[in-house]
Amino acid sequence: MRFLLVEDNTDLANSVSARLKLDGHAVDWAADLRGADGCLAGASYDLILLDIALPDGDGRDFLARHRAMNRDTPIIVMTARNAVSDRVKLLDSGADDYVTKPFDFSELEARCRAVLRRRGGAARNVVSFGGMEFDALAAQLTIGNEVRELRNRELRLLEILLSSPRSIYSKAQLCDRLFSYSEAPSENAIEVYVGRLRKKLEGSNARIETVRGVGYRIIDQ
Amino acid sequence: MKDKWRFSTNSLGRRLLLQLLLVAAVLSALLYLAVRSVANQAAIAAHDNILGASATAIAEQLTASEGEVLIDIPYSAFSMLGAISEDRVFYRIDSNSETITGYEDLPVPEEVSIRAAPHYYSAQFRDSDIRAVALERLITVDNAPVSVLISVAQTRRGQDAITARVANTAAALGIGFFLVAGLMSWLATRSTVRPLHDVAGAIGRRGAHDLRDLKSPIPSELAPLVNALNGFIARLRDTLHRNETFMAEAAHHVRTPLATVRTQAEIALRQAETDESRLTLRSVIRAVDESSRSATQLLDHAMITYRSDQLALETFNYSDLVAEVIRGLSATAELKDLTVIADVDANLEYAGDKVLIECALHNMVDNAIKYSTDEGQVDIQLSKVEAGIQFRVCDAGRGLGGSVQRDLTVRFKRGLNVSDIVGSGLGLTIVEHVAEVHRGCFTLISRSGGGTCATLTL
Repeated sequence: MRFLLVEDNTDLANSVSARLKLDGHAVDWAADLRGADGCLAGASYDLILLDIALPDGDGRDFLARHRAMNRDTPIIVMTARNAVSDRVKLLDSGADDYVTKPFDFSELEARCRAVLRRRGGAARNVVSFGGMEFDALAAQLTIGNEVRELRNRELRLLEILLSSPRSIYSKAQLCDRLFSYSEAPSENAIEVYVGRLRKKLEGSNARIETVRGVGYRIIDQ
Repeated sequence: MKDKWRFSTNSLGRRLLLQLLLVAAVLSALLYLAVRSVANQAAIAAHDNILGASATAIAEQLTASEGEVLIDIPYSAFSMLGAISEDRVFYRIDSNSETITGYEDLPVPEEVSIRAAPHYYSAQFRDSDIRAVALERLITVDNAPVSVLISVAQTRRGQDAITARVANTAAALGIGFFLVAGLMSWLATRSTVRPLHDVAGAIGRRGAHDLRDLKSPIPSELAPLVNALNGFIARLRDTLHRNETFMAEAAHHVRTPLATVRTQAEIALRQAETDESRLTLRSVIRAVDESSRSATQLLDHAMITYRSDQLALETFNYSDLVAEVIRGLSATAELKDLTVIADVDANLEYAGDKVLIECALHNMVDNAIKYSTDEGQVDIQLSKVEAGIQFRVCDAGRGLGGSVQRDLTVRFKRGLNVSDIVGSGLGLTIVEHVAEVHRGCFTLISRSGGGTCATLTL
């Protein structure tokens, strides 16, 4: 996906860009509203991540302007204010969703997916691998003529494995990315999800291989 | 001044009314006395005229013959007096201080220097009040002038009756005047004080967050007060606005670096080589989440305490609100592969403070998601019940683990079985407080099959 990040704090902008790039997304960064307008004039984006307090204006004004111009790129606001009334106001002023700083990237990603799914307009990004087609947005696997629904963790696991096929991911790495930091899951839980995903992949040439003592990887047989 | 106004009260209106009533009472008394005395004098004057005419009629019949004064009292002299009432009439005619005819003991004025005009006077005679006239005539008897004093008197019963009637009328007039003046005073007081009540009412009816200037038309006397009030409101508005801006900026300045820390830690975790550094980074992220969550709930708790004093009650659509709360948290639920089943009656309208209710519902759903086991189910129900409206959230999580509700709703107190999950210990306190200020009820029970049911009834 291609993101436009509008954030005036350089440290945060750099780390958010780096973090999104880790997941294979493209990120353009604008430090203020003028920069954001410039970026939007020159390129199209799947999603805009918008900060509210910007040096040359209020993010909510940008939202209003954006909606008035009938631009349909979805906007997720990154807000530092978490009061109930602020949340309601943000959605009323045209934001598709919001995350409160500091935010969890898995949650941000889930929100992005939900927003894009709701909008239905974004180009489908279908990955083909080993005779199956994977649509992350719709959370669907297509093998032959059969469409299989994926649950959220199965989807994220497949996404991780497919982001770099043949690379080996350790249980610990997968655990960090699949489970929230607020809980302390056992690494064995990963085995459950790997088992399920294997079942969903049956019938295709894609196979999740256990590399004994190291981890898992996806291969095209 | 204070001592002077013995009836002094704190009500301007009452004070004004009392003063006006006092003035009306004095005027009424004066009116009564004036009417009575004028009418009395008129009645006496009329009586005196008749007495005078009677005496004159007698005087005209005086003649002298053979060295004697002769008098032939005409009938008309008394009949004119009889016209007044049934009062008794007395007369006495003296010649050279010797009574010729009539009542010898009828009092006459001592000094007889009244040749010219008749002399009118009041006196006591035979246990009755009388009004009398004395008239002196000189008559020539044997070429010598002889002074003849003619006195005519009449009892005053009729006169008194007239006086009493006049007094009654005057009293009725005075009382009537007082009543009319009193009514008008009351109306005048009311209309004078009304602008004050209008201003007070306009301020009293305001919601807790309405800080606009007072604009209702006011009399010029109230302008300084209202201007001062508007000045105060403006300063308050300014202070609140600055506070709000400050809070927003403070949140921004605290949360933005926290977001940077968290993001950097996530990136570092991706690249972590050893389990040791992994655990360290995970605990960093956990600490960031914990502080962020605590900050949010502390602010929410403060907001709720502040708003409880002045609830902004309105009737709104609970069904929409519940849908919005669920939508806001669905991403969190999705991450745990939770199934959220919402059984929400459509278009349920009910009264409440929307901001507080949103906060309570958000906390209840958030708790259910947080404490659910992976791939569990959260049941959310909104329905109309006899008492009002009921919102219930049930999860299939770990349950209350033996803790009782009374302990869990205490500030910063958490269940004994949840130390592995990030939390501030304020969520349930907030929910219970919201229930309390809406005179509702919040219950928390363990489900028999595991899990917890939280019910908020308003």
